[in-house]
Amino acid sequence: MKLTPGLRLKSAVCDTEVVIVRPPKEPVTLECGGAPMGGEAGGAVSSDHAGGTLLGKRYEHAPAGLEVLCVKPGAGSLSVGGVELTLKGAKQLPSSD
Amino acid sequence: MNIALLLEMAAQGAEDRVALRWDGGSLTYAALQDRARRAATWALAQPGDKVVYLGPNHPAFPIALFGAANAAKPFVPVNYRLKDEDLRRILARTAPSVLVADDAEMARVQRIDGVTPVATSAFMAALDNAEPLEEAVEGEDDIAVLLFTSGTTGEPKAAILRHRNLSGYVISTVEFMGSEAGETSLVSVPPYHIAGVSAVLTAAYGGRAIAQLPAFDPEDWIGLARNAKVTHAMVVPTMLKRLNQVLEEQGGGLPDLRLISYGGGRMPLAVIEKAMALLPHVDFVNAYGLTETSSTIAMLGPDDHREAFSSGDSLVRRRLESVGRPLPTLELDIRDETGNPVPQGEPGEIWVRGEQVSGEYVGRRTLRDDGWFPTNDAGWMDQDGFLYVQGRLDDVIVRGGENIAPGEIEDVLRAHPAVTDAAVFGAPDEEWGEKIVAVLVPRGTPDVAGLQGWVRERLRSTKVPQEIRFADQLPYNETGKLLRRQLKAEFLAALS
Repeated sequence: MKLTPGLRLKSAVCDTEVVIVRPPKEPVTLECGGAPMGGEAGGAVSSDHAGGTLLGKRYEHAPAGLEVLCVKPGAGSLSVGGVELTLKGAKQLPSSD
Repeated sequence: MNIALLLEMAAQGAEDRVALRWDGGSLTYAALQDRARRAATWALAQPGDKVVYLGPNHPAFPIALFGAANAAKPFVPVNYRLKDEDLRRILARTAPSVLVADDAEMARVQRIDGVTPVATSAFMAALDNAEPLEEAVEGEDDIAVLLFTSGTTGEPKAAILRHRNLSGYVISTVEFMGSEAGETSLVSVPPYHIAGVSAVLTAAYGGRAIAQLPAFDPEDWIGLARNAKVTHAMVVPTMLKRLNQVLEEQGGGLPDLRLISYGGGRMPLAVIEKAMALLPHVDFVNAYGLTETSSTIAMLGPDDHREAFSSGDSLVRRRLESVGRPLPTLELDIRDETGNPVPQGEPGEIWVRGEQVSGEYVGRRTLRDDGWFPTNDAGWMDQDGFLYVQGRLDDVIVRGGENIAPGEIEDVLRAHPAVTDAAVFGAPDEEWGEKIVAVLVPRGTPDVAGLQGWVRERLRSTKVPQEIRFADQLPYNETGKLLRRQLKAEFLAALS
């Protein structure tokens, strides 16, 4: 599945949903709870990928250039090729609107 | 990413937090989401492919904005202060559309081809009978908002802001639910201004309640700020000037207020310095942005303000007249007429590139293929990366080959004790190409030679106005932009 900006993906094994913020430079498969996202629902969260996702947090896989936004939290954690995505620090800007 | 998702997330993450307060009621995020989803169902059943909003700040504004987004119909807030003829011409351009119009506006929006008017009260009542839409209609590249730019001349352009522009701006500059419980934003900028739209989106995502003021009035603003314990607010320069006056007369301050952001036009130095002196505990943020950039692209933060305010170094103190540094989430360049970057410190046109930049209008696109948008604003950047905006490129005066920005001369003239307001523009001149003309609102009877000497002492001789005229007042648009071109046209018409 091509990960294009704005694409919303559901986890196959937990409640997690993400939106692609920055697409990867090369095609990759995004997993949640150890299972490819966007696939048919079923199965359980792998114990190796059970760290969970947090609503409103951005996660990135720097080598692939991939960044996603968690729009619904769940029990599984996000990974690409088994390597966990890292939490991206929020940029603290003063309110301007 | 559809902007509807911003509210969906807020309703998930903070369903019981207050999202919206107004005179007589409030809505939590969960309740606002419910209203928005009902509004989506309603919008999908209406004729036309757009949802137009005509009226002042009202709970119907965020409900209709998020409702339209959920229904994947462009939302078009229109200036309710326009004269009948101008208003009807703009509304006709939105056809086919459904128009949610303030009850008081209904009489003047009838019988426009392709535009179906519905009174705001009827819209709000219809929501009680509509089923909430289960899931937002998706479409990444769809148009979220169309804004008719107020501009300073000519027929308004309809700027296109896509979902990806607005949501890109929000998620890259605001931390989700980053506000503390109890924070409240006072929104008095009108719905048809980009700042009115972005205020709703960033407050929802950040988890800050919005207190709506239907239309700006300094006494009402201060009353609401005190009663609703407002912590944050955005104002345009003319609003801050009037707030200063009332705060000074009334006393009492604004103890709950933590931050004022301002933008929308050039802030006179005297006004911001007065505000900082009157409200020493408040953080000030100068935000510079355009409709076509989904709001802020550069900002001067609270620490920058305090450092400049208290500095004895004129180069640091000058930063109060800058718009601060570009946001770290985008790229910004100063370029010459050929589109090449100018050396640091030289004036040119401000160009910007980033997710939030649309640079697109109905029927016209000024965004370049490589994503850069020439803003048509003139500016320069100092050695520390502070951006100085000099106004619209078309307002720059070219005198004897030298580019002269009118704003700098106006600031100097406004600081003269016998001048209350000043406008400067260029007029054709046989010898110099253009000459500098100043129109002043005098206090008493200033002497022309004395005024010219005042400018010569503070700037340089090439920036001295050759002609000085006097007027009772100067023309501004409603966000506080000085209409130099109107004065110039009047000046030239009087010559011919």
